[in-house]
Amino acid sequence: MSSIVLQAKEISKFFHDPFDIQVLKKISFVIERGEFTSIIGKSGCGKSTLLYILSTMDTDYEGDLLIDGQVMRGKKESELARVRNGKIGFVFQFHYLLNEFSVLKNVMLPGLKLNQLSSAEVEHNAYEKLKILGIQDEALKMPNQLSGGQKQRVAIARALINSPLIVMGDEPTGNLDKKNTEIVFEIFKELAEEFGQSLLIVTHDNEFAERTHRIIEMEDGMIIRS
Amino acid sequence: MRIGLIISISKALLMARWKQTLVAAVGVTFSITMFITLLSFMTGLNNLLDGLILNRTPHVHIYEEMHPSEKQPINYSADGQGHNFISSIKPKNELLDIRNSTAIMKSLKDDSRVLGVSPKVNVQVFYNVGAVDLNGVLNGIDAVEENRLFSFSEYVVEGNYQDLKNVPNSIILGKGAAEQILANVGDNIQITTSKGQRVQLKVVGYFQSGLQDIDKVQSYVSMATAQKLLGESNSYMTDIQVKLLDINEAPEVAKEYRQIYDVEAVDIQTANAQFETGTAIRTLISYAVGITLLIVSGFGIYNILNMMIYEKMDTIAILKATGFSGKDVKRVFIMIALTIGIFGGLFGLFFGFLISSGIDQIPFKTDALPTIKTYPINYDPRYYLIGGIFSVITTYYAGYFPSRKASKVDPVVIIRGK
Repeated sequence: MSSIVLQAKEISKFFHDPFDIQVLKKISFVIERGEFTSIIGKSGCGKSTLLYILSTMDTDYEGDLLIDGQVMRGKKESELARVRNGKIGFVFQFHYLLNEFSVLKNVMLPGLKLNQLSSAEVEHNAYEKLKILGIQDEALKMPNQLSGGQKQRVAIARALINSPLIVMGDEPTGNLDKKNTEIVFEIFKELAEEFGQSLLIVTHDNEFAERTHRIIEMEDGMIIRS
Repeated sequence: MRIGLIISISKALLMARWKQTLVAAVGVTFSITMFITLLSFMTGLNNLLDGLILNRTPHVHIYEEMHPSEKQPINYSADGQGHNFISSIKPKNELLDIRNSTAIMKSLKDDSRVLGVSPKVNVQVFYNVGAVDLNGVLNGIDAVEENRLFSFSEYVVEGNYQDLKNVPNSIILGKGAAEQILANVGDNIQITTSKGQRVQLKVVGYFQSGLQDIDKVQSYVSMATAQKLLGESNSYMTDIQVKLLDINEAPEVAKEYRQIYDVEAVDIQTANAQFETGTAIRTLISYAVGITLLIVSGFGIYNILNMMIYEKMDTIAILKATGFSGKDVKRVFIMIALTIGIFGGLFGLFFGFLISSGIDQIPFKTDALPTIKTYPINYDPRYYLIGGIFSVITTYYAGYFPSRKASKVDPVVIIRGK
């Protein structure tokens, strides 16, 4: 099995509205297993746009994206959903937990969707993930009973539930204070170093980025440092 | 994809907005309730009105009619070819006897399509009331068979219909006639046959069809009495009433009998076409109203789901981001719609049943309808089935369009829009 988790080949992206702008210009790079990578750059440099293309949610791009050796272009919406479900974990700036479900159920949902383990096993895994993140005691609470930092940790647990190839984060610490940012960073680091989890985090927090293994810096839709 | 997961997500979304859900479900409940009530009541009434005539009408009525001679003498002349309008030979004076009636009766009874056969003898008479003679028609019937096939006893409002057979020279008088003659049950009345013969008959009951014109004229006697009045043998009969297993076969069967037995045979559809039309139109109106109600409630569901989708954009986006496909999201919202439809529909059926049984208890007495005590309700399970199926179909489509919209939500737009 190749150690390449994700490969971007000359990815370009245009916005057509209100007028044509090229936001990404032939971006190419490779992420290997266990790498803790951050993407930095000024606002509007296209880093989030890139991340959403890499996450398969945005399909309107040129170039090729390979995840786990598979070309994503031309896949159907439901196939892409399966890729997102099984191979990608996503953490957003805002936690995006579903308030209708308990913390535990929130974490379990992608696992239940994957439908490879029984719900008892998924529940067991969810507890394991919550334990890694130190919030197993909150499992049965509803998301709106948690603090911001706790919610973000639940979101990370949710991203991890299907043991994804890569965890992507769109400014996962953007809404957190210093202390919680620190906690989240430590969690990411632990995941990368102890569990060999590949991580790709978009951030504009340079301090955060400096401490990751690899920095991809972008400007005007191009990679200027990698 | 586990259906359980879809159900649990749908349930969570439903419960999160349970008041809206309730309003939507109540809409469906209301429309199904009205649908059931309306149709039960309407068709109950229809059946009652039709029953007035149709239950008492044979499916195939076999009789003999007086004809003028088909071939007038001029037709036999060599000069008479082409057009001629001379018709001097009038019908012969003979009784309207069905010839070979015993054999016809026997072969009818052996016909597998036939439920039963009831012979009848029609006698023209006058009821004598003092110096006045009132017009009347006596029907000589086989009381037992007439009751089995045409629910005769339901229309005998006083006395016992079997007395017709058991008491010699007995008569069941039409209620209208009885009032005019001032005859009570147990009295003897006098009648005159068309041949001028005077006969005494004992009144053993009243008969009330609900149609006043008939009740004033028509009375019932036994076959034997009627034959005796006419001075005919016991094979004499003027009408044979046939009830079939399947009423829809009547036109076919009537045509066949006409050919085989060389008699007049009229099917119920031809004889009572106006009732069919009336029934069909009344039923059509009930369906139209019921289905309109359902469609309106469908729009209600559509609105509520649309609103829910706008409110739950984030949820939809996040479900999609974590690996739920558009199809899954669509299923969730269709599941929500169907849940509303099924529960609303079930309660609707239940309340519809309650209200119609309530109407069934309301007293409804009219002289025209002696057998009816309360408003008529038709509890045909077919309407419950139609109501149930329709509630599911409407809500499915009410949910289909919003759910398609939900399935097309672009998670990137929602998540990045924040």
